[in-house]
Amino acid sequence: MSRTEPQGQAVVDASGTAGQHSIAVEGLAKSYGDLVAVKGVTFNVDAGETFGFLGPNGAGKSTTISMLCTLVDPTSGRATVAGFDVVTQRSSVRQHIGLVFQDTTLDDYLTAAENLKFHAELYGVPRASVARRLADVMEMVGLADRADSLVRTFSGGMKRRLEIARGLLHSPRVLFLDEPTVGLDPQTRSNIWEYVTELKRREGITLFLTTHYMDEAEYCDRIAIMDHGSIVAIDTPEALKASIGEDRVELHTADDTAAIAALADRFGIDASVSEGAVAFHVAAGEQFVPRLFAELGVGITSIRVARPTLDDVFMTYTGRTIRDAEASSGDRLRSSPFMRARRG
Amino acid sequence: MVDDQGQQVGAGSALAPGGRPAPRAGASAPAASVVGVRVAGGTLNDDLRAIRVVWKRELIRFSRNRIRIVTSLVQPILFLFVLGTGLSPILSGSDHFNFRTFMFPGVIGMTVLFTAIFSAISIVWDREFGFLREMLVAPVHRSALVLGKCLGGATVATIQGAIMLALAGAVGVPYHPLMLLILIGEIALTAFALTVFGVLMASRISQIEAFQVVTQMVVLPMFFLSGAIFPTSKLPQWLAVLTKIDPLSYAVDPLRRTVFSQIALSPRLNALLNPGVTWNGWRLPTLLELAMVAVAAGVMLFVAILQFSRTD
Repeated sequence: MSRTEPQGQAVVDASGTAGQHSIAVEGLAKSYGDLVAVKGVTFNVDAGETFGFLGPNGAGKSTTISMLCTLVDPTSGRATVAGFDVVTQRSSVRQHIGLVFQDTTLDDYLTAAENLKFHAELYGVPRASVARRLADVMEMVGLADRADSLVRTFSGGMKRRLEIARGLLHSPRVLFLDEPTVGLDPQTRSNIWEYVTELKRREGITLFLTTHYMDEAEYCDRIAIMDHGSIVAIDTPEALKASIGEDRVELHTADDTAAIAALADRFGIDASVSEGAVAFHVAAGEQFVPRLFAELGVGITSIRVARPTLDDVFMTYTGRTIRDAEASSGDRLRSSPFMRARRG
Repeated sequence: MVDDQGQQVGAGSALAPGGRPAPRAGASAPAASVVGVRVAGGTLNDDLRAIRVVWKRELIRFSRNRIRIVTSLVQPILFLFVLGTGLSPILSGSDHFNFRTFMFPGVIGMTVLFTAIFSAISIVWDREFGFLREMLVAPVHRSALVLGKCLGGATVATIQGAIMLALAGAVGVPYHPLMLLILIGEIALTAFALTVFGVLMASRISQIEAFQVVTQMVVLPMFFLSGAIFPTSKLPQWLAVLTKIDPLSYAVDPLRRTVFSQIALSPRLNALLNPGVTWNGWRLPTLLELAMVAVAAGVMLFVAILQFSRTD
């Protein structure tokens, strides 16, 4: 699949030169013993781009992000982030990235401001600018009035926003967001995205995120779909959807098995049962519906025709829906000692 | 880009004068903003900042947890005034000696032991609740983080031990300034060594549940065998050997000798209550004991730093 530049987005990197990669990855792989978590992925992310890793849990997203953040050493391959090698220039990479993990990493017994000050000291933010910068990022995530509250009094959404503020505190060039909205309610999720979009506009940084929410992938300039440790497709959301070129049709029928057989016999269509409906892809779905009613020969109780979504893209490239993929794989890859998850 | 460049350009040039980040996306962004971003984790100053902030966090958490300060004093006070008073009649006999005086240095050692281990083991909580990761991904040397944690725990344990010193008058120990000063020095060294020991254990523990096991299997035996609550002068051979193996014995003995240096005592009682640690009949001098504690702390610190410096 061809790689296209993000649409409607000026690609200008930190030094003002266009087109330089903010993240460059070549053949990056990681195995834990016999278990191959990431099977040699290659991709580039341009400065200022919002780049998303999409895939089910266990696809290798977190392991890849851990390697880019210098938390896990690659088994082979190489990667640079903000121009620094993730193995040989670890400190420099860490200095130039912000991290927001899917599990909270705040100290509940400190206030929000104390958490941020702790971070500023560890990252060597110049003392003279700490107070100003702290007020700035707290303002950005809408927590300015809660700076002196203990973090333990915060809701899940507020904690996540505070983590995002902290990730930005030292003015990183790349902000990594590992499942930034997992476990949050839809309202909070959409708020988080508002903040992220706004601060990206203000800070002009590269965003690298992982998600298994299809709708969130739409916020990205480009998406890499990951499955079983490999990147199976990489492009803009629009291009990915267009590449399928077919609409998704979902049928509820009197007899699903008969319907699937009939679809194969009469139309040569390969359908499958997904989430309780007979689903298949077909070009020009609306025009296909009258033929279906006339020729299927199995009672149809309801029908739905939809433009391709990223879920369809995922299904096309991996042969299953992301939810099915979730169900079949656990958290087997999160084995690093520092990565131990505490899922809410 | 080379790491050194960033350092020479100096701190803060990534930020425009107003403290706002230099514009990055605009064509007018100066090329200098790239080289100007400083590189932490290399300079001594960065590591000192890291040590200081990790240390400070321990103190903030300690000062905010008033209940912990109070409850951690309840146990030593029970030992001193209840157990100490209860055992006094057995011992006093003709010499009219207050057993609480004997227990005083031991109970200080106990306070330091439990506070230091508890502070250090909080790393396990930090790991469980994620904050450890925030520290480990920072662009600073892991050694700075470990040292900051050890110094923080040691400071907290020293404060708790020093609070116990206030009770000296109540157990017949005079408030002799030099003695108190020496005691605080010994407490600080002991507190540091024990915190390092705790941090080393915490580096190998990944579950909170294991904390109970550590307390039962390691901390309590250390405490009981250290001579903190009973004299080690007339023990059966097997127990005497165990007390000499217990590293805490070498930290409690200097405390006791310092306290006993200010108390008038018959030679018989002194031999009974303050026998020191002997190797094959030779009594170890206080300075050697303290040196052993310091060396042990240094070695454990080194191993703990190695433990925390591993990556996958």
